[in-house]
Amino acid sequence: MSDRLRIGFIPLADATALLIAVDKGFCAAQGLDIELVREVSWSNVRDKLNIGLFDAAHLIAPVAIASSLGLGHIKVPIVAPFGLGVNGNAITVSPALHAALRDAAEGAIRDPMVSARALARVVARRKAQDEEPLTFGMTFPFSTHNYHLRFWMAAGGVDPDEDVRLVVLPPPYMVESLQNGHVDAFCVGAPWNSVAVDLGIGHILHFVSEILIRAAEKLLGVRQRWAEENPDVLARLVRAHSQAADFVEDVNNRDEVAALLAAPNRIGVAPEVIRRTLDGHMKVSPGGIYRNDPRYLLVGRAGAARPDPVQAAWLYAQMVRWGQAPLSREMLALAKAVWRPDLYDAAVGKPAAPFPGEPADGIGAFAGPAFDANDIEAHLAAWTIKRMG
Amino acid sequence: MSRTSPERTGLLARVYALDPDVILIDLENPSRDELEQMFQVSRAVKRPIAMFVDQSDTASIQASVDAGVSAYIVGNLQKERIKTILDLCVSRFNAFSRLQGELDRAKSALEDRKVIDRAKGILMKMKKLTEEEAYALLRKTAMNENRKIAEVAQSVIMAAEMFK
Repeated sequence: MSDRLRIGFIPLADATALLIAVDKGFCAAQGLDIELVREVSWSNVRDKLNIGLFDAAHLIAPVAIASSLGLGHIKVPIVAPFGLGVNGNAITVSPALHAALRDAAEGAIRDPMVSARALARVVARRKAQDEEPLTFGMTFPFSTHNYHLRFWMAAGGVDPDEDVRLVVLPPPYMVESLQNGHVDAFCVGAPWNSVAVDLGIGHILHFVSEILIRAAEKLLGVRQRWAEENPDVLARLVRAHSQAADFVEDVNNRDEVAALLAAPNRIGVAPEVIRRTLDGHMKVSPGGIYRNDPRYLLVGRAGAARPDPVQAAWLYAQMVRWGQAPLSREMLALAKAVWRPDLYDAAVGKPAAPFPGEPADGIGAFAGPAFDANDIEAHLAAWTIKRMG
Repeated sequence: MSRTSPERTGLLARVYALDPDVILIDLENPSRDELEQMFQVSRAVKRPIAMFVDQSDTASIQASVDAGVSAYIVGNLQKERIKTILDLCVSRFNAFSRLQGELDRAKSALEDRKVIDRAKGILMKMKKLTEEEAYALLRKTAMNENRKIAEVAQSVIMAAEMFK
């Protein structure tokens, strides 16, 4: 007799470990009968998880924190025993903005500090000429995409609330919105950046791994109460995910993985696009230039699946910086407690040693001082552009 | 907001113009995430309160999400009225899906009837049976085989095609 679970997901490449855990039978082998429900909005995923229509969900990392702190919505404590992905986002700009940035840049715009300063110059010029501010698309108020865009542009002197417009767009609408000029750029996860490049309407400016070497992206989230009431089911779920992540990271399995994910009821894009994402071999311009970064999306490698509370502290610090949350020691502690490496370790064992080559502070930001999860005041003090109350 | 799309501008503009007490949104609409941002940043929507603020009435909330609809309460609507509106909305959604289900069933019943009529005709001709006898034979076979009459009728038609 197997345990039946309903799990919600958004069709994105960082749902890979979950989708493969189900479609390759890793869940079934753990005695779990999973019904996957494909959703269209993060609000839906959050609400259905919160009120118990889902047992677990593919969650964008800041939503798990917002839900646990009761920001923007009701307070339902969420815990995350498994990281579905580290990195995986990219910033894509229109050909016109790409050309403007290149013209304004002092150096190669491949460098995020150079590109952010170039953006500041483009913004200043548009202001002087009374032109509309540039519009950037992102996926949700409490999203990594929102914080990644803000962190990058603010480092170059662009105020994300005053100098440009940031608008929420559902990921499947990003490409169309760039094409018809409703946005000038966007930050979103795979495969949408590649889709824009393939259509010849966008240039990938940066992988988020160039802005933050290590950025938690999606989590497997469950209600804290559910986790307490179903410890055995949860452990088996984590085990199945861990096996799936290992399977995905074996390059010999990548074609099979890409084919499974390409199904219309899963991610629903060409297998080749998914393969590029998993391999970190990305076409970045319509002209056919490729950029390689093995860190583009980490599914299970380099400890990516083990939730790291440092990431929770960094995300909470962004919420404080941009005026979404008050600064408090209690809230910081609650945010960190969403990430549950202990549950991960209990299910699959603690990693023997730290992973070589990972950033010492757990984040590796391209600008600012090293991040200290116990002293987010120092992180916040480092910036002049902020919205703290 | 000249640079946002017509539908999106429309959404925001309509909310401002109508100044509604409550916004109901179909959960299949991906634009729901945009509404969430609107409630966060907009000063024009005075006191945005999501439906789920009132955590005591979880059954009602669950019923609404189950039915495929969510509500945002924007004005100073009283709690009792919110519940009435939401309950009404849920019952209308459920009534709609019930009608849809009935329509689907009626369509398939009509389809079944056509198949059974054809099979009866074949049996009457080949076995020299009356219409009642042909139907009785179909029904008896269906009962013995534990299948639907329409399925047996389909088999008869298929077999007749092969013997042509």
